[in-house]
Amino acid sequence: MEPDNKQEKSGGSAIIDRARGEIKELTEDLKKPQETQLWKSVFRVKHERTDPRTRALGVLSNVFLHLHPARINRDAVRYSFTWGMGGITFYLFLVLTFTGVLLMFYYHPTKIQAFRDILFLEHDVPFGKLLRNMHRWAAHLMIITVWLHMFRVVLTGSYKKPREFNWCVGVILLVFTLLLSFTGYLLPDDQLGFWAVTVGTNMARATPLLGHEGPFGVELGMTAFNDVRFALLGGSIVDANALLRAYIWHCIAIPLIVSVFLGVHFWRVRKDGGISGPAPVMLESEIKPVRSLR
Amino acid sequence: MDWAQLWEIVSLPDNIPIVALVVLVPFYTWYGLRQARATDRLIGELEASPELAKTHHRKIHPFKPGWARELQVWPYLLRVEFLAAVVVTLVLMVWSITLDAPLEEPANPNHTMNPSKAPWYFVGLQEMLVYFDPWFAGVVLPTLIIVGLMVFPYIDTNPLGIGYYTIRQRAVALWGYGVGFFLWLVLIFIGTFVRGPGWMWFWPGQTWDHTRVIYEVNRNLSDIVGITNPWLAAIVGIIAVGVFYAGTGWGIHKLVTRTPLDRKIFERTNLLQYLTFQFFAITILVALPAKMLLRLLFRIQYVLVTPWFNI
Ligand code: HEM
Repeated sequence: MEPDNKQEKSGGSAIIDRARGEIKELTEDLKKPQETQLWKSVFRVKHERTDPRTRALGVLSNVFLHLHPARINRDAVRYSFTWGMGGITFYLFLVLTFTGVLLMFYYHPTKIQAFRDILFLEHDVPFGKLLRNMHRWAAHLMIITVWLHMFRVVLTGSYKKPREFNWCVGVILLVFTLLLSFTGYLLPDDQLGFWAVTVGTNMARATPLLGHEGPFGVELGMTAFNDVRFALLGGSIVDANALLRAYIWHCIAIPLIVSVFLGVHFWRVRKDGGISGPAPVMLESEIKPVRSLR
Repeated sequence: MDWAQLWEIVSLPDNIPIVALVVLVPFYTWYGLRQARATDRLIGELEASPELAKTHHRKIHPFKPGWARELQVWPYLLRVEFLAAVVVTLVLMVWSITLDAPLEEPANPNHTMNPSKAPWYFVGLQEMLVYFDPWFAGVVLPTLIIVGLMVFPYIDTNPLGIGYYTIRQRAVALWGYGVGFFLWLVLIFIGTFVRGPGWMWFWPGQTWDHTRVIYEVNRNLSDIVGITNPWLAAIVGIIAVGVFYAGTGWGIHKLVTRTPLDRKIFERTNLLQYLTFQFFAITILVALPAKMLLRLLFRIQYVLVTPWFNI
């Protein structure tokens, strides 16, 4: 019996010893989380190291950061060159997506509920008013920053070869940014949005060829019930269908389109040789003759 | 001076962005042009001294031999981006706490808002409705603006000034874009701060009078000349527009071939590029404001009257 007992005892203490060891190991891990298997499975790069190679890898091996190159023109990080406007515009787009998704939880795109939902949001939902305000003002701000971004691109001549196409992608982004704001305007279903959208879509009536009041519209068989305005509103007046269409364009279709073009835009910034400057100035005397270019 | 009226318009929450534009656009214009002036000074120095041009690093930013030409994105760029995100978030938070998004009464098709305005970024187009028919102001013009923006890089054949601020090397392109941008902002400004009930003209600070009626008889160009026959009127309109385009085109041509550099750039422009440039320059930068002035000052409604459409 004795040996058995002894064995049992020593077996028990072995387990305890082992557990002790593992607890010790765990606390060691807690002190150095970066050494754990869990951490290493997420982050492949040792971020505490500051040598250039590791830092470059830190950017390149991270899906969110890899939009960036690993290194960049030393003067391009200055605020004075880009004004940060493209980046800020993108950040506002992210803010709008985030607040927009939250708003969607409280909103029904129907004539009966839409306006009440906004009232409910403003008066009963915790931070609802702040949420709505942030979405609204971020949208306005995004339009301002897009215009300033364009203005910067013009001032630095960054739309020129080889970035012509990316400028065009930018123009498309501009148009969809404006449309994104405009479709959102109707959603509260109040007088402001209703009349703004009425005024806006009334112009569509006059579309040449495709509108029933536009040049050559009638000749092509356009009426108030089959023209381009009808397609936009899902009816001949701004009503329930128009609300639903605005909602779907605003919350699904246009954000998707914008995301795709943003992907192209960022990709092309990289592929066109990175940000255009600050570049060394070129002098008039250095212009190559036309012949050699063709 | 009705300050209360002015304040009522300026302080409308949805108009705050325009007030912000009034501050931000001049600021960034100054900020950009300041760097352009510095660059232009440098260009002047380098052109004066070919020796310097060979050795200089050719930027307005300081540089010493031996300095790295490139920086690590982490941390030097990412920290700037992070800071920008924090600042923007703070601005947005403060703005959203202090100012509430507007909410009017529930939509009511039987109760027209007067004035009923488009959101501020489209108010420029709405203002164009005063000067043109809806098919032109609401459909053709926006299309022209979008297409005009898209062709912009393809008609600017100037090989200088890529990636740095400069005026002296790119005066034509900058003036072209600048005038267009300015026009757009002026239209927004008029639509927001000047137009009152019935889309009538009220100077900023003038009290909005909802009962005001203006007996303004608008005339067509052909009426002024005294032509009543519709075909003749159309022909006269076409001639007037043609003469205007030819005259303005000639003027613009003189403007864009003034300096030797301008002429060098003109040499590099092919016919298609040049005609496209002229078309957009005349139509958007000159004809548009010209038509506005004709309407505002001489009450001329249409210049070109045809049986199908009027401009
Ligand atoms: C949703 C709107 C947009 C976003 C989020 C966006 C974002 C960006 C970002 C982050 C950059 C990198 C450099 C910088 O921050 O300035 C960039 C560059 C650029 N963007 Fe945009 N952009 C937008 C709209 C536009 C528009 C409207 C245009 C012009 C019509 C445009 C034309 C360009 C060009 C040509 C570049 C290259 C600039 C260079 O290399 O210096 N983008 N954009």
